Amino acid sequence: MEHFFVNTAHALVAWLTGLGLAPGWADLILLVVQWIAVIIIVILNITVLIWLERKVSGFIQQRLGPNRLGPFGMFQTIADAIKLLTKEDIVPSQTDRMIFKTAPMVFIIISVMLYVVIPMGDGMEIVDLNVGLFYFISIGSLSTIALLMAGWGSNNKWSLLGGMRSVAQMISYEIPLAFSLLGVVMITGSLRMSDIVAAQSNIWFVVLQPIAFITYFISATAELNRGPFDMPEAEQELTSGAYTEYTGMRWALFFLAEYTNLVAVSALMATVFFGGWQGPWLPSWLWIIIKTYLILNVFFLIKWTFPRIRMDHLMSFSWKFLIPVSLANILLTGAGIEVLMRMGW
Amino acid sequence: MLQTDQYNINIGPIHPSTHGGLHVEAVMDGETIVDAIVHVGYVHRAVEKIAESRTYTQFIPYASRLDYLASHLPTMGYVQTVEKMLDIHVPERAEYIRIIMGEFSRIASHILFVGSLAIDLGATTGFTYCMRDREKILDLFEMTSGQRMIASYMRFGGFAEDLPEEFIPAARNFLKNIPQMFDEYNHLLSGNEILQARLKNIGVLSAEDAINYGITGPNLRASGVDYDLRKAEPYGIYDRFAFDVPLGEKGDNYDRFMVRLQEIEQSGRIITQALDQLPEGEIRAKIPRIVKPEKGLEVYHRIESAKGELGYYIVSDGGEKPYRLHVRAPSFINLMVLPLISRGGKLQDIIANIATLDPVLGEADR
Repeated sequence: MEHFFVNTAHALVAWLTGLGLAPGWADLILLVVQWIAVIIIVILNITVLIWLERKVSGFIQQRLGPNRLGPFGMFQTIADAIKLLTKEDIVPSQTDRMIFKTAPMVFIIISVMLYVVIPMGDGMEIVDLNVGLFYFISIGSLSTIALLMAGWGSNNKWSLLGGMRSVAQMISYEIPLAFSLLGVVMITGSLRMSDIVAAQSNIWFVVLQPIAFITYFISATAELNRGPFDMPEAEQELTSGAYTEYTGMRWALFFLAEYTNLVAVSALMATVFFGGWQGPWLPSWLWIIIKTYLILNVFFLIKWTFPRIRMDHLMSFSWKFLIPVSLANILLTGAGIEVLMRMGW
Repeated sequence: MLQTDQYNINIGPIHPSTHGGLHVEAVMDGETIVDAIVHVGYVHRAVEKIAESRTYTQFIPYASRLDYLASHLPTMGYVQTVEKMLDIHVPERAEYIRIIMGEFSRIASHILFVGSLAIDLGATTGFTYCMRDREKILDLFEMTSGQRMIASYMRFGGFAEDLPEEFIPAARNFLKNIPQMFDEYNHLLSGNEILQARLKNIGVLSAEDAINYGITGPNLRASGVDYDLRKAEPYGIYDRFAFDVPLGEKGDNYDRFMVRLQEIEQSGRIITQALDQLPEGEIRAKIPRIVKPEKGLEVYHRIESAKGELGYYIVSDGGEKPYRLHVRAPSFINLMVLPLISRGGKLQDIIANIATLDPVLGEADR
């Protein structure tokens, strides 16, 4: 079971070259297959996740959650997807049509692109970039643009406020997010994901870098626009913020993209701080799924327990607290590495 | 310097956190509120005019619909006003039951206040916890009158029916659970740092301003003014019970929140005493079937409702219908302070301010 997916990929390439295809073409076809696999993973994950979040929130709030369709209401998400697909696609007349229509697509494309560098098992990254972590951070920050497009294109004051908030928030939290990952990079000496995972074969980085983990967790929550930092959406204040004017599948695309981002960030967290796919007994790809889902549940718990923080508190928390702390962590890590190296490690 | 402009943003009348059809026109500078203009009247049902075309008895259900979140209290106010006109003496047992039902209504309203404040701040879980606890009170109301929310249980001179047997054990059971309820609220809400940051020193209403604006009820007491009609001018049999009047210090949103939480406890104390002292006997005084007060009679009566001082002013022309009925609605008057406490705050504060002023739009618009 361990190398099931890797072996399948090799077998596919071998079969294609056996048919007389040039190795370059075979690799290209493999890439397409991998992309389809990523999209399937994304969609399956979301179907499960939305159901799971509803169940978890129901448990927290002493409700039942979805329980009508299928066992434990598992088909509820599918029914919702069908409902959203068949809804009328309303584009308000006063919007900037081009921007309004492309915003959800941009958002979902960006979030799917994140999966390129995540190692989903032993040797299971699509591209093992030598700047993998850097790629992840830079692509992740692009989603700001999608939210700004949605906010601006909707031509609605609530949406504009939501869009502006998301820009301010994401730019502020980008910095502690990147800084907190720097500590790990300093220890590993590489931005390549496979190296980071390999460096954790003895000890997880969450033990070596606890401050970095906490700052990363907080800034990731803000970066994902999840509660208690769900400013751009803020249903109670901004009537759904940047998404106010969206209906049907366009709205659902935003929703999908948010969950896709959520899974990607949780998977990255598992990779960088919790030893990635490494683990005893079970196959590597199962380990990353288990770790990712455990992290996701922590996100759910936080979202459903805390009230929403205020916008200016949010900004000052980032600039006055998280950034200094993450900078101090870099300093501490550097000093620690230097001391250990002199001691002859 | 960048050229910036002020803009108006309409919070409501259709908005998730305006507690009904409230429309606040906010003049904004970025995310800062420059001014807020309150527009009410979206839930106007002409209740005062309706009163002129209904008999005194027929108006009782309309009175319940004023403050539908604490429906026994506005009914009690109306019924007592008419009793004052006709000089009816209510039997002891009925007086006690009135206290019990009224205080349960107050608890229900305050629990819903906590819940709706929680959901307005984005803490959806707090809302479901509060709704769960409020359900138990609504169950109690259902036992007595068959109605859960808008129970027209009171009549002139007493009640329509006596309390059912199972009511008293169920009520005691609810009171026993109040400390546990508070434990959960404190863990989930009042002890939460984000919630405190959102509420403390926001929407400060000084005692002087509160008095000048005619603010009453928990909002006034949160500003530190010790004025509770149940103590200051006891109506019914409120002078027989021992209870404290919780006061705030600063008059900010957090004080308004805490005062209501403490009032739940105090109402619990009152109900416990009333249940202990509850006498046997009649529940309804003998009154004529058709109520006809004397011509030219004018009566004003006020009670401490869950939202503040609720007053009824009734003028009689000797017929079976009131000549004029006016309601002094605390929600309406309390709401008028919203621009004052919102200026200079952030957009997110205005939502918290509306929630802590706790208006019921059915009462504000009448």
